[in-house]
Amino acid sequence: MLVKALGDLHVHTCLSPCGDLLMRPREIVEAARRAGLAIIGICDHNSAENVGAVQKAAGKDLLVLPGMEVTTVEEVHLLALFENLESALRLQEFVYSALEGTNNPERFGWQVVVDAQGEPVATVNKLLIGATSLTTSTVVKQIHRLNGLAIAAHVDRELYSLIGMLGFVPDDLVLEALEISAEANLREVRSRIPDVNRFSLVRSSDAHFPHAVGKGKTELWVERPSFAEVTKALGGQEGRRAVVT
Amino acid sequence: MTLGELAKKLGFKFLCVERKGDVPVSGGYVCDLLSDVMAHTKQGDLWVTRQVHENIVAVASLKDLAGIVLVNGRAPEEKTIQKAEQEGVALLLSELPAFEVVGRLYQEGVRGT
Repeated sequence: MLVKALGDLHVHTCLSPCGDLLMRPREIVEAARRAGLAIIGICDHNSAENVGAVQKAAGKDLLVLPGMEVTTVEEVHLLALFENLESALRLQEFVYSALEGTNNPERFGWQVVVDAQGEPVATVNKLLIGATSLTTSTVVKQIHRLNGLAIAAHVDRELYSLIGMLGFVPDDLVLEALEISAEANLREVRSRIPDVNRFSLVRSSDAHFPHAVGKGKTELWVERPSFAEVTKALGGQEGRRAVVT
Repeated sequence: MTLGELAKKLGFKFLCVERKGDVPVSGGYVCDLLSDVMAHTKQGDLWVTRQVHENIVAVASLKDLAGIVLVNGRAPEEKTIQKAEQEGVALLLSELPAFEVVGRLYQEGVRGT
């Protein structure tokens, strides 16, 4: 039997320079519970160093999918979601090797790695807000090589979105879904961006503050909250589906 | 002025479809956001950009632009050039940054549309 699991697959932590310093594991998990979410995706900019801590803080009743929001050379934001932390960290290795520059915390914000209790354990010096030298196509292929899901982030926005930067979804790009923002009007987006009608859709919060977690969400009709079931839902397989309202 | 005359005068190198040199340039547009270019360019515009993704070819073809000038000496991947060849879209390369390219085009009488 299928159940409706609410998912917000794009949540930042205090590791993202633009993420509020209160976006610590317990606060995120608490906010997700308050919003009635069963599944969240942790997608910091070009890094996955806080995913493990959020997973530990979550316990059993909230599924935390390891992920990342990668900035490609065309300045397109792509979400990657994985079944396990190890794959996310392998993508991180790939992304770090193609990411130049050093962060200036005063200017761009702190990039704090925390433990499950929210205690700072390190800061990341790389310029996570920057763009990698990797093409959109290369990043998508790498995500798929690591058995992950590739989702074009906030396609309704002009800046840093696949549609804004590249005009339309390239013919040979294989994506599991397109994401729309919390505030996007679905009907308006469907008429303005025809590509949206060719893909599964998710709606996410892109939360940078605790109160924003769950402001955008997707109904995932699945047997149980798991990566395999989310994959099926995005693929519309075996009756599973992702519904955005 | 034609595309070929501008290219010769301003040192743009044709990467492909040089036969489009006799196409008249009726205006200019500069932007790296392809959604914006689709929305705002007019037929016959010369488009200045540093975006080299192959989607630029489809956009130029769709809007019937005079050609694309890529800046900063940043040549696209072979795949983009092949696609431009197929679609008959002239790709030109300048070693100069976008500001300089646009400034010099303006001096030659090309105006924004």
